[in-house]
Amino acid sequence: MTTKHHPHETGARLIRGATGDWEIVLGLEVHAQVSSKAKLFSGASTEFGAEPNAQVSFVDAAFPGMLPVINEYCVEQAVRTGIGLKAAINLRSVFDRKNYFYPDLPSGYQISQYKSPIVGEGAVTIDLPDGSTRTVGIERLHLEQDAGKSIHDMHPRYSYVDLNRSGVALMEIVTRPDMRSSEEAAAFIRKLRAILRYLGTCDGNMEEGSMRADVNVSVRRPGAALGTRCEIKNVNSIRFVQQAIEYEARRQVDLIEDGGKVEQETRLFDTKTGTTRTMRSKEEAHDYRYFPDPDLLPLELDAAYVEAIRESLPELPDEKKERFVAEYGLSAYDAGVLAAERETAAFFESVASGRDAKLAANWVTGDFFAALNKAGLDITASPVSAGQLGALIDLISDGTISGRIAKEVFEILFTSGGDPRAIVEERGLRQVTDTGAIEAAVEAIISANPDKVAEYREKPKLMGWFVGQVMKETGGKANPQAVNEILKRKLDG
Amino acid sequence: MSVDEGTVRRVAKLARLRLIEAEVAPLARELSGILAWVEQLGELDVSDVPPMTGVGASLKRRADQVTEGGLAEEVLRNAPHAEDGFFTVPKVVE
Repeated sequence: MTTKHHPHETGARLIRGATGDWEIVLGLEVHAQVSSKAKLFSGASTEFGAEPNAQVSFVDAAFPGMLPVINEYCVEQAVRTGIGLKAAINLRSVFDRKNYFYPDLPSGYQISQYKSPIVGEGAVTIDLPDGSTRTVGIERLHLEQDAGKSIHDMHPRYSYVDLNRSGVALMEIVTRPDMRSSEEAAAFIRKLRAILRYLGTCDGNMEEGSMRADVNVSVRRPGAALGTRCEIKNVNSIRFVQQAIEYEARRQVDLIEDGGKVEQETRLFDTKTGTTRTMRSKEEAHDYRYFPDPDLLPLELDAAYVEAIRESLPELPDEKKERFVAEYGLSAYDAGVLAAERETAAFFESVASGRDAKLAANWVTGDFFAALNKAGLDITASPVSAGQLGALIDLISDGTISGRIAKEVFEILFTSGGDPRAIVEERGLRQVTDTGAIEAAVEAIISANPDKVAEYREKPKLMGWFVGQVMKETGGKANPQAVNEILKRKLDG
Repeated sequence: MSVDEGTVRRVAKLARLRLIEAEVAPLARELSGILAWVEQLGELDVSDVPPMTGVGASLKRRADQVTEGGLAEEVLRNAPHAEDGFFTVPKVVE
């Protein structure tokens, strides 16, 4: 019996053409660089930014007679990632040669895995902006070598080739065609990146090329059979993935509606114009003549090895999100935001430990994130530590300062650091809870503004104005609750 | 299985081999002969023999340690053209 997987019967986002609505169908192939010190089959370094060809062994340069020896750490990371993607681990996998010619591929073939990949089918849950979730099927994950890098703008007649990347371990993660909009594709990449970072198997740095995506795009009438797809190669940011999809889907719809036919082909995304165009050198490029690499025996793993890796897996974003909801009573949205990155989750848990978790969540996702964004800082470079933010929250919880004053103290912490309690003491920001002092301030305001008092009898909304005046009079330090109560008693009484 | 002349031309192109026209027919004949010879293996019943891609030993593995590098000069020594530490090749632009 086969049950068909229909993750998208509702909620698909359609695009409008001249002749009706069209549905976009998307699949992704993400290349994620394994965060290893050495390459997949050689002892050369993978570090980013070295001098050209400084990190190239004779294996990477395909010198005759050199033999590949697999890096066991890379194997472990592929298995770890597979488990994180809830996928089947294949205890026997095979390395094949994928044959093609290009100047940055010195051996004339890439060692990859074709019919027997190390990881089989899995699933990723993506989180959409409206708070809903959806499942994207994973078809496979296989290990392969990266190629070198060609640079075309250094000489009018020559291309320059740097083999430092040649042989670096990549995990190619292939999805099912389960996504229906550019937003879903973006959500998938964000979620995959979070999982990889939690696992520590790939740093997810798209700027440095540690993660890049090939995007398969086709369009069809809603519910109809799949259309012909085009593959957009090597897109290196989430924003570009979205732009490339929007452009390509529209191009295909216009083409079909004008009576044309989509040709299955490989296309490039031009980041300057936001358009895709066909690759010129496509003739016969797709006959890779795969065959098992005679230099490498099949990769065999035993079940105990896989189980040991499974045991060592950290809590992943989805589980963490669920726990944040269950344990701290956070909303699904806040829990998702806080669990999205490992560093953010750790920061939040440190702040929340032994404190009002909802208040902690509000501060982390509110003022704290806003300040980081404004300063353009990553959480790891935050000038305010979890300890400092926690101490600030303690001052709110024990009534030492009001929420309003806390915002001021936070500003001070963010720009000049220090201990929250000391800042409050030094600057005299302690909340005035002494009702006598507040009462005096209230009386002063009331007697100075008889006209407003008269007006208040007609318009009770004016209460807000009185509260503001009292807060101003007390330098914002009066306990807002006390102010409200005393004002109400004096004005209404 | 016999190899026709079209297949010979296609395989030669994929392998970046230049053939002169006079070589095509003889190669088709020779390759067909080789394949026919190998195909004799198909007469054996191997349905209960697992595929073998190597003999005996299991895949050798290495630890994740940087043991090589700094060889740019040696790596580039045999290159027809090199400049500033790069291999240089006639321009290939997409």
